[in-house]
Amino acid sequence: MKFLSTRRRNPLVLAGLLMAALVTVGGGYTVASSVSQAEAAATVGDQTQIETGQKLYLEGCSSCHGLAAQGTNNGPTLLGVGAAAVDFQVSSGRMPLAATGVQAIAKKAIYNEEETAALAAYVASLAPGPAIPSAEDIDFADANVAEGGVLFRTNCAQCHQAAGQGGALTNGKWAPNLMEATPKEIYEAMLTGPQSMPVFANGVLPTDRKQEIIAYLDALQKAPSPGGMDLGRLGPVTEGLFLWTIVFAALIGAAIWIGIKAR
Amino acid sequence: MSDLSTHEAANSHGNEPVALGYSPVADIPHALRLTDTDPRAARRAERQVATMFLLSMLMVVLFAVAYIGIDKSTLIFIPVLGTVGASTVALSVTMGTAIFLIGTGAIQWAKKLMPDVEVVQDRHDLVSAKEDTEEAAANYQRGKVESGFGQYTIIRRTLLGALALFPIPLVIALRDLWVTPAGSPSPDEILSKTLWKAGERILIAGTEVPIKPQDFPVGSLISAVPATFVEDEEATGQPDLNQLTKAALILVRMDPAEIVAQQGDGWDYQGILAYSKICTHVGCPIALYEQRTHHLLCPCHQSTFDLADAGNVIFGPAARRMPQLPIGVDEEGFLIAKSDFQQPVGPSFWERA
Repeated sequence: MKFLSTRRRNPLVLAGLLMAALVTVGGGYTVASSVSQAEAAATVGDQTQIETGQKLYLEGCSSCHGLAAQGTNNGPTLLGVGAAAVDFQVSSGRMPLAATGVQAIAKKAIYNEEETAALAAYVASLAPGPAIPSAEDIDFADANVAEGGVLFRTNCAQCHQAAGQGGALTNGKWAPNLMEATPKEIYEAMLTGPQSMPVFANGVLPTDRKQEIIAYLDALQKAPSPGGMDLGRLGPVTEGLFLWTIVFAALIGAAIWIGIKAR
Repeated sequence: MSDLSTHEAANSHGNEPVALGYSPVADIPHALRLTDTDPRAARRAERQVATMFLLSMLMVVLFAVAYIGIDKSTLIFIPVLGTVGASTVALSVTMGTAIFLIGTGAIQWAKKLMPDVEVVQDRHDLVSAKEDTEEAAANYQRGKVESGFGQYTIIRRTLLGALALFPIPLVIALRDLWVTPAGSPSPDEILSKTLWKAGERILIAGTEVPIKPQDFPVGSLISAVPATFVEDEEATGQPDLNQLTKAALILVRMDPAEIVAQQGDGWDYQGILAYSKICTHVGCPIALYEQRTHHLLCPCHQSTFDLADAGNVIFGPAARRMPQLPIGVDEEGFLIAKSDFQQPVGPSFWERA
């Protein structure tokens, strides 16, 4: 023991102890957290992914959302929005914004899948929030389309229109057309409430109910229009407009042809 | 051809087709058509008309072929129209074209080949002929004498009385609008009272499950109904839609710091606000809620309510704010109403306070 006691003030000992402590804490944390990480594997990626995400975030997002995602005058805080919100906004091309306006516009995604996942992992690592839905979450094969129709008409149709064609909100904002929306986007939008849209959390509309709504929209997306020219499926508005413009113009043209003197 | 002989007749008479039996032509210059002067043009027009009728027959044959031959579930892509049912399009195009060609053929025939003359027809007087008015007056006088309308005074007066009183039952029937039998609710009460009462559980519309505040994050919106409505539906087998139209509710949750005003102190529960879903303008159900601005927009006439500011009207034709329902939680932690609405829901009516 004399050997140890005489060398305990050696600077190398401090370094060694520090190293040992770091390995113990770090290793212990890795083991402990791997259990919870397995559950939320889709949300909190590994450390390198988070670091990549942070780098991308600082370059592309921090000017509006703040260096610590705390939000600025130009953009809301991202603390607690979760990976689902990031995945929805970035993969649909709404974020980053092309220009400030009443509403972010869906366009071609700027970041690829890997970068989007890294950004989602980074934002999810800052504060807990809704995770990206798993393939199982959005599997609507067994969902009841009719029940989904009831839920859609009660909760969604006011803005997105009964056939999912979208519609106007206040002050130039609008609810988008859902005919191109993927099951994942629909699920994430309900889960996170992007922009003007309210949140429909799993406590209110559980996963199986969300699947019913997705199944209803899928049926609408696939529904053919046997007569052709569905006129936006907006019902009497566009049908009336078509009648008053195109059809009446044709009738007036026919009347002129009948009335004009032959040469 | 008889058509040609008609033309020759018209041509030979020039502007005086009296031979065809018409009244004198108008005093305007008559321009001859190409088909009047050129027999080849006339024959061409004749062929055109016949072709249209022949094509119409062909379309009918094609209709029959399409009806038998095209499977109803076949879909085809047509530019502009999109993906459409092949049978529907084929049937409508052939049938529509068939009748359209009959019409255009007939008009082309009339325009190019039938006699082309300007005809004058004078307007007749608006006043009827003297003998007609005299006959009507005589009939009236005879009826008056024969019925004895002037002679039987009592009949005349009772008839007038009966006719005068007849509309009164229609007015009396309106009494139900403001008086009802003792013990039953007055129309005012029917319109003012809903199924909501203290302790009434708030169920999610469609899923019919109660809500715990912790499951309802900030930014949420959901449509809700009273538990009594669901219980009644289960007991009777059918929903009482009259009650639903009054009790329909929307729940929203916002950061309590964002709530500017409410219709009563502490009517929210930790930022969860409950408002009627029925627009105060003409009663459309509204759930068009923007979670960022807290605006509730009615898609019917664009009435806009600020749910963060006591449901006040900020735009549109609605004259009254959206009624708010005071809410809390029961001992099991589920959201409940703390009372009925404190003002009638839905559109205004004359006794509404």
